[in-house]
Amino acid sequence: MPPARNPQTLSPLLALHGVGKTFPSGTQALADLDFEVRAGEFLSLLGPSGCGKSTALRIIAGLSAPSQGRVDWPTEGMAADKTSRIGFVFQEPTLMPWARVFDNVALPLVLKSVAGETITHRVSAVLERVGLAKFAKAFPRELSGGMRMRVSIARALVTEPQLLLMDEPFAALDEITRFNLNNDLLQLWQASATTVIFVTHSVFESVYLSNRILVVSSPPGRISAELAIEAAYSRDQNFRTSAEYAAYCRHASTALADAMADGEPAEDRS
Amino acid sequence: MKPTRTRQERREQERRGQERRDRALRIALPVVVLALVFLIWEAFVRINHIPPYVLPDPGLILRTLMDDWELLSQSLVVTLATTVEGFLLAAIGGVGLALLFNQSRLVEYSLYPYAVILQVTPIVAIAPLLLIYLPQPLAVLACAWIVAFFPVLANTTLGLHSVDRNLSDLFALYGASRRQILWHLKLPSALPYILGGLQIAGGLSLIGAVVAEIAAGSAGAGSGLAYRIAESGYRLNIPRMFAALLLLSVAGIAIFYALSFVNHLALRRWHESALEREA
Repeated sequence: MPPARNPQTLSPLLALHGVGKTFPSGTQALADLDFEVRAGEFLSLLGPSGCGKSTALRIIAGLSAPSQGRVDWPTEGMAADKTSRIGFVFQEPTLMPWARVFDNVALPLVLKSVAGETITHRVSAVLERVGLAKFAKAFPRELSGGMRMRVSIARALVTEPQLLLMDEPFAALDEITRFNLNNDLLQLWQASATTVIFVTHSVFESVYLSNRILVVSSPPGRISAELAIEAAYSRDQNFRTSAEYAAYCRHASTALADAMADGEPAEDRS
Repeated sequence: MKPTRTRQERREQERRGQERRDRALRIALPVVVLALVFLIWEAFVRINHIPPYVLPDPGLILRTLMDDWELLSQSLVVTLATTVEGFLLAAIGGVGLALLFNQSRLVEYSLYPYAVILQVTPIVAIAPLLLIYLPQPLAVLACAWIVAFFPVLANTTLGLHSVDRNLSDLFALYGASRRQILWHLKLPSALPYILGGLQIAGGLSLIGAVVAEIAAGSAGAGSGLAYRIAESGYRLNIPRMFAALLLLSVAGIAIFYALSFVNHLALRRWHESALEREA
């Protein structure tokens, strides 16, 4: 792992100040959320279902406006042109069923009216990176769940975003597929300068992937703990079975249990 | 291991045979029923010596169809032309109006109630009025259009509202323009609904054309199949009435299957409705 990825020394990419969100129905999803995201880090938001972590992600993406507080973007470029610098991966693959894999991945570029030749080139390159080069002409329904998620990730990466937002992307997949995608995601992240904010309710997944974990309490969501995962990024099957990993997981589980004890019992909604 | 596999293969073979038999039955049974009905009909007419101006037997109907083919086929062409024109106008009008409604809420609020009124007022009641103010062919076309356009409008409207929320968010995230959202997201999402609407519209367009022709026929003008039915009724030419009716049914069935086929072609690669279930 390049030394520049040490989260303590990275410059801030964005900061949430007192962000709260109350839905028109009166449900308060978030209250007074304060945290900073540093450029290049892999940050996980860990919390129970329905704690508002997805809402936080949507607010960062600009898909939803905060009821209180604000999101600051210290770097000039991000503030000016967020749409081409943010990638979003939903919990579902969210592919267009009528379009082939190639066209699904090309979508962000097509919407930006990028020249056809550049699109072909970049889509082919990103499909190669996620290991789906052979499936460019397939329709989503012809792919397995894991492959669909890869397409979804390829689509998010095709714009070479500075910030990748992932909303429980692997929650619906089986464990073997999830492990594989975890490894692939780490590889993709290390090969780029992308910052990742990863929403999950899995302690194990967040520890395996992140530089840093923010534990979100429920509900309304607020940050109740912060954990740095300082293990080196040779994270593989050996890391999964190491004592170090187990210790971090225990630590994160305790923090999560505390967070849930603070708030009301979690409801099953996300 | 081996016996299990053979058993599995045998089971697979049995299943396929079952499917083939099932498909054959689905075609054969209606044909058998039709043949039986014709036989009973024929027997009933002959045994009771029912005169053809009361109830012609199926054989006579078929003979009349062949004898009057020149006249009836010309009428068929007229009715089909009206139906197709009415259908195309309904498709354009229905989809166009739905798009307009989708883009502007004010237009939707202003016009939607009238679209509903047009739909709920029985076409039989509107047709004679239209025949007063419009030349006969145009009036018939208008009737075909009126009955056919509403399902297209309603289905397209529903389809345009049935966009996957996350996909919609994704388009917003990438700063898609209204036109891009319409073209790349809403229209493809709505396509299965639009095609469903068109399938209903095809049959309704024929009904609209027939109703208007009957109304026109009672005024003594027209040349379509339904007009032939009305005319034959006045002349007590009952076999020709049945022959024309038979042609109308066949036309309706042909329209239905043609549209089903288009539907299948457009959706077969991706939509649930067109996918074959893998057992």
